[in-house]
Amino acid sequence: MPILKVEDLTHVYSQGTPFEKVAIDHISTEIHAGEVLGIIGHTGSGKSTFIQHLNGLLKPTSGKVLFDGADIHATREATRDVRFQVGLVFQYPEYQLFEETVFKDIAFGPRNMGLSESEIGERVREAAYFADVPEALLESSPLELSGGQKRRVAIAGVIAMLPKVLILDEPTAGLDPAGRESILQRILDYRRETEGTVLLISHSMDDIARVATRLLVFDRGRIAMDGTPAQVFERAEQLKDMGLTVPAATEIALALRRRGIDIPESIYTINYLRKLLVSLGEGDAPC
Amino acid sequence: MSEPIIKIEQVSYTYREAKRPALQDVSLDIARGSFTALLGHNGSGKSTLAKCLNAILLPSSGRVLVEGMDTADERALLDIRRTVGMVFQNPDNQIVASVVEDDVAFAPENLGVPPAEIRRRVDEALRSVGMYDFRLHAPHLLSGGQKQRIAIAGVLAMQPQCIVLDEPTAMLDPIGRREVLATIETLRREKGITVVLITHHMEECIDADRLIVMSGGRVAMDGTPREVFSRVEELRAEGLTVPETTELLYGLRQSGFPLPLDALHVDECADAIAAILKKDR
Repeated sequence: MPILKVEDLTHVYSQGTPFEKVAIDHISTEIHAGEVLGIIGHTGSGKSTFIQHLNGLLKPTSGKVLFDGADIHATREATRDVRFQVGLVFQYPEYQLFEETVFKDIAFGPRNMGLSESEIGERVREAAYFADVPEALLESSPLELSGGQKRRVAIAGVIAMLPKVLILDEPTAGLDPAGRESILQRILDYRRETEGTVLLISHSMDDIARVATRLLVFDRGRIAMDGTPAQVFERAEQLKDMGLTVPAATEIALALRRRGIDIPESIYTINYLRKLLVSLGEGDAPC
Repeated sequence: MSEPIIKIEQVSYTYREAKRPALQDVSLDIARGSFTALLGHNGSGKSTLAKCLNAILLPSSGRVLVEGMDTADERALLDIRRTVGMVFQNPDNQIVASVVEDDVAFAPENLGVPPAEIRRRVDEALRSVGMYDFRLHAPHLLSGGQKQRIAIAGVLAMQPQCIVLDEPTAMLDPIGRREVLATIETLRREKGITVVLITHHMEECIDADRLIVMSGGRVAMDGTPREVFSRVEELRAEGLTVPETTELLYGLRQSGFPLPLDALHVDECADAIAAILKKDR
């Protein structure tokens, strides 16, 4: 059974007013435990509206979202419970820190779950470890932290609820390369150790190419493509028509094909491209 | 060679209550009409340096000269701000009015520019960034890239000689990023405006005349993008990456391919690799 199932989901903003806008339009998909699902699409394609349905923040205009087989809007309890099971880290989450100390901020979710003080302490420390927040910072004020540290505290606050599904909207936006690398690595570590499911929205195709096991491409409120990174990035021209880019490795591979070098279209990491070219250079074509 | 538009002379800066200086003894000249990119990880001092260029911050020691005017000279402040305009990361924090053209007119109005001249400048600035057709729109309904172009138009209406942009594309999607970069390129080519671009995106630096890498408040590297990006190990040691093209060329060199490291554009990179593979056959 899929951990999340989306059935014929439609969301219309400001319905019945002159500003009415169909943000997502009859979407159906299944998300399986353990997937790292990359979600791409340009601004206004519906991807943010989509993820806000997965933990009940938005209610479908029509259609259903099922978590572990049960409709998340069936009862008030189900809607409340799904907030803890499906953790959502918004864009620029560092602007949402509000407690006096880092510890209290990370503890906010577990406290709302009604856990005991000792369980809360354990959750906070565990989440801080996963998000790479040094123990020494737990008693500091969030206001004293750097931008990158604040972002990690905000992510820890969601991880502390130990959600089965972790959704992150642009977790690396605005960070320097070292900060991007560290956050992506921590997210992968978290998934490996908890066997959780991760959904990642990003404009950075190079980040997505490195971590995703499956991609959903949103375009004008619908899922335009659904497949492995290799299957999706192979359709480079269509992606560009949707205002998206492809990973640099794909660009270079396409440029090499145009120059008569015989390599497949489905290349999306520099590492793989390098290996392929090395074996071509040595004269034994790998495929 | 004309006099540099900005001279940075042995500038140090320490934030209040900070233990370490954010800038340490930085000296640089910015050539008139040039495109300089500033790279560095968070906390390297690049944004602090940018804020010293139009007197948002004043050096703790050393001095910054803009067209010969010392930024510490209060009487020159307006002239300095008119000469060097700043664009920041978050477009939403830079827009003040509820109609696009009023927003662009905000600065010249405050400077007491006559109304007919304001009209002319606003129209010209909006045309330069490709947003003239949106002049009567409400800024909050525009996309991030469009808002950032409005912010650039607001700076252009001051008719600056130099624009400093501090991570202007960090919050934008790929379309917005492309729009803003194309706008910057137009300003440089058609208006000869000096551009200083601070960024984390290596590929935004490829077409700069000069690339400066900051680290620990000092200038760590300074050269053309081809020179700087060829120093792969040093950049990695600074916690920075190189463009993906260089990454690939570097990896292939390690495997014994005699490739240059400075084929930064995708087509150049593909040309170099294709030439070697075909020669082998």
